[in-house]
Amino acid sequence: MANMNTNKTPMPEQDPNIRNKNFSEVALGYTAEMAIDEAARCLNCKNQPCVKGCPVNVRIPEFVSLVAAGKFIEAAEIVKSTNSLPAICGRVCPQETQCEQLCIRNKKGDPVAIGRLERFVADYAMAQGGAKEDIAPSNGHKVAIVGSGPSGLTCAGDLAKLGYDVTIFEALHTPGGVLVYGIPEFRLPKALVRKEIAGVEALGAKLKVNQVIGKTYSLDELMEDEGFEAIYVGSGAGLPKFQKIPGENLNCVYSANEFLTRINLMRGYDFPENDTPVFVGNSVAVVGGGNVAMDAARCAKRMGAENVYIIYRRSDAEMPARAEEIHHAKEEGIIFRLLTNPTEIIGDENGRVKALTCVEMELGEPDDSGRRRPVVIKGSEYTIDVQTVVIAIGNSPNPLIKDTTPGLAAESWGGIITDESGATSREGVYAGGDAVTGAATVILAMGAGKTAAAAIDEYIKSK
Amino acid sequence: MFKILKKRVLNPDVTLMEIEAPQVARKALPGQFIILRVDDKGERIPLTVAGFDREAGSITIIFQKVGYTTIKLDSMEEGECLIDFVGPLGVASEFEGMKKVAVIGGGLGVAIAYPQAKALHDLGAEVDLIVGFRNKDLIILEEELKDASTNLTMMTDDGSNGNKGFVTAALQERLAQGANYDTVIAIGPLMMMKAVCDLTNESGIHTIISMNPIMIDGTGMCGCCRLTVDGKTKFACVDGPDFDGHKVDFAEAIARSKMYKAEEKISMEKHNCRLTGGVR
Ligand SMILES: Cc1cc2nc3c(=O)[nH]c(=O)nc-3n(C[C@H](O)[C@H](O)[C@H](O)COP(=O)(O)OP(=O)(O)OC[C@H]3O[C@@H](n4cnc5c(N)ncnc54)[C@H](O)[C@@H]3O)c2cc1C
Ligand SMILES: Cc1cc2nc3c(=O)[nH]c(=O)nc-3n(C[C@H](O)[C@H](O)[C@H](O)COP(=O)(O)OP(=O)(O)OC[C@H]3O[C@@H](n4cnc5c(N)ncnc54)[C@H](O)[C@@H]3O)c2cc1C
Ligand code: SF4
Ligand code: SF4
Ligand code: FES
Repeated sequence: MANMNTNKTPMPEQDPNIRNKNFSEVALGYTAEMAIDEAARCLNCKNQPCVKGCPVNVRIPEFVSLVAAGKFIEAAEIVKSTNSLPAICGRVCPQETQCEQLCIRNKKGDPVAIGRLERFVADYAMAQGGAKEDIAPSNGHKVAIVGSGPSGLTCAGDLAKLGYDVTIFEALHTPGGVLVYGIPEFRLPKALVRKEIAGVEALGAKLKVNQVIGKTYSLDELMEDEGFEAIYVGSGAGLPKFQKIPGENLNCVYSANEFLTRINLMRGYDFPENDTPVFVGNSVAVVGGGNVAMDAARCAKRMGAENVYIIYRRSDAEMPARAEEIHHAKEEGIIFRLLTNPTEIIGDENGRVKALTCVEMELGEPDDSGRRRPVVIKGSEYTIDVQTVVIAIGNSPNPLIKDTTPGLAAESWGGIITDESGATSREGVYAGGDAVTGAATVILAMGAGKTAAAAIDEYIKSK
Repeated sequence: MFKILKKRVLNPDVTLMEIEAPQVARKALPGQFIILRVDDKGERIPLTVAGFDREAGSITIIFQKVGYTTIKLDSMEEGECLIDFVGPLGVASEFEGMKKVAVIGGGLGVAIAYPQAKALHDLGAEVDLIVGFRNKDLIILEEELKDASTNLTMMTDDGSNGNKGFVTAALQERLAQGANYDTVIAIGPLMMMKAVCDLTNESGIHTIISMNPIMIDGTGMCGCCRLTVDGKTKFACVDGPDFDGHKVDFAEAIARSKMYKAEEKISMEKHNCRLTGGVR
């Protein structure tokens, strides 16, 4: 009997006024009973609309019915067959615009909590020592992966399973890409990311940190001197954009990348026990409306800031962040200043931030993207006193690899150009994830890694 | 892990180390830098490649004990290992077409200027090397500096080596005597580089300085190392660290270098006893 409750089974969460002072995970996950109950809301639709909403086509009704039957490990195996990092996707996918948007039950009430169920089975399987995976015998062909974000990890895992001799080269001292330096602990525990990475290593992939490709080795050197037959570039979109308004180079103006890296990767929340400092004043303005902005704002609150403002130039409806993050941020006391655009950052005599000048906006005619373009309301200028400004208006691909690889075609904004299989203009070089699309999502980056792994396998076999 | 192959105390403030890092040594060039972490809780700090030995697979670093991380690094001994060591980062120095060059090094800048002077000298350029120290006890690398230059001038702030004054005074004297440098390279504290640039600006001599802003990743990801050059924002870790000194916004760079003064002090206080038993 299907559970006809129109609401999702709620997931236990830390209380907003407690969690906004700690870095532990906000959402605590379903118990087995809750998962079974929620899974019973699925109607097992014949045409499976939900599956079309998932970029990697997770076999949703199949795994959800296994959950309903209490067969959690089997459910995890089904999920893993198309999604190699389900514990991560279950937590960070924007489900409301993907799988859950197309769920039939979304028409009348809440959709089935597909993401929460995915998280549940992945965590369950992990606690049991992980789902088994078959590895083909070694075929001796060497493939290099640049970047250990979700895209590189997925590509590496798939190729290792096919028997390739895979080496991942990572620029930072810790692997994981945005999953470790960007997305905070309270949304995605780092221990979990470490386990997923250990899983990829257990498949036989080698991981080398502290390797800046383009500097330590160029792509050509990897191919010519180090004997790699193919390369997958999953170097992400790590170049921060700034607004180009006066005062942006004042002290205590951070890019979101810097702010989050200091707090997450360098564990600045535990200064001076860890050595890297981060300055968070009593009042913080975060400019932007995406996931990155929500993460920066919620980190600032947890670091002890009293007033944390989200400054976003469009309205609620246009905010690109996941609905859940916006909801959580509001619960935690983040102040939203929508239809507001910063025009100048004002410094004190020591060159530190003391205020932010903003103007209010109203929505005018739709622009090229179909979204109504914000226009300034005359005479609406005002200032807010803040000691820290975090700019979270987006990232573009880092030019390091394109600049050091002759003949590698790229867009003017930095994205590496590929065909649908991930092949670039250079033979044997594939690319995907944020390095190709610009800042996007974890699941799309993984999907690209998967597609490219298949293409690389094809390419090497046909040589 | 990156082993300390050799450690040499150059003076009470400055230490030289050779680190086993074959991948970095393979490609390093003068003007580039590395980023290291001493241990798992450590900060990432940038240090200039002061020398490299491609055969031995080692990189030489020379650092001044200015704060917590550099003191912690100094407390390590030969045979011990650093947890992270990445590079070579930044753009290598460009020496094309330089025939007569003044290389100015102030304080710790001497160590950073040394590989540049040496490279130029090896390329056959005439190198006037002018270096400054607070007093004669702090003089480092005297033999190496001699070998890397056509003329070596050593100044001390207090005159204890018989040559009293700042490096800028020595440069000014040379310029007054009509020295026709095609390039001046200045490396050291921001105030010193600014003073050199002010001097050379008058005579319009092309002046290159090596910027040392606070950094984290060193790959262009965080923007923490940004500075304004010719009105545009640049990232020192990927666009530099060398820049045209006449175009750098010094006031901003000086302010940005003081960003973490308060936190640096907390670091030192909190850890003083663990480190050196309260020295400094
Ligand atoms: C703060 C933040 C929050 C986000 N929240 C969400 C969310 O909730 N849901 C969601 O789906 N997406 C979210 N995203 C987006 C998502 O994280 C990215 O789309 C995804 O991580 C892209 O994966 P990737 O593997 O392409 O690149 P990345 O994760 O960026 O990984 C690239 C890796 O390559 C390394 N690298 C770069 N250059 C080199 C080089 N030259 N040599 C060697 N290594 C190199 C980098 O150090 C990095 O480790 C968020 C992003 C940020 C920044
Ligand atoms: C490209 C580059 C090359 C450098 N080369 C050398 C070198 O060869 N030898 C050497 O001794 N020093 C060099 N430095 C400076 C060196 O990185 C700092 O002295 C070191 O980071 C200080 O760390 P600390 O914890 O010991 O001191 P802290 O207590 O952190 O700071 C002491 C002082 O150092 C400055 N500082 C702090 N953190 C950094 C940082 N991450 N980057 C730069 N400056 C910082 C601060 O302005 C402060 O005044 C270089 C810096 C750069 C950017
Ligand atoms: S991977 Fe993401 S989109 Fe696909 S089913 Fe899971 S949560 Fe939904
Ligand atoms: S659309 Fe919704 S109800 Fe239908 S199968 Fe998919 S998850 Fe189940
Ligand atoms: S140090 Fe991060 S961009 Fe230069």
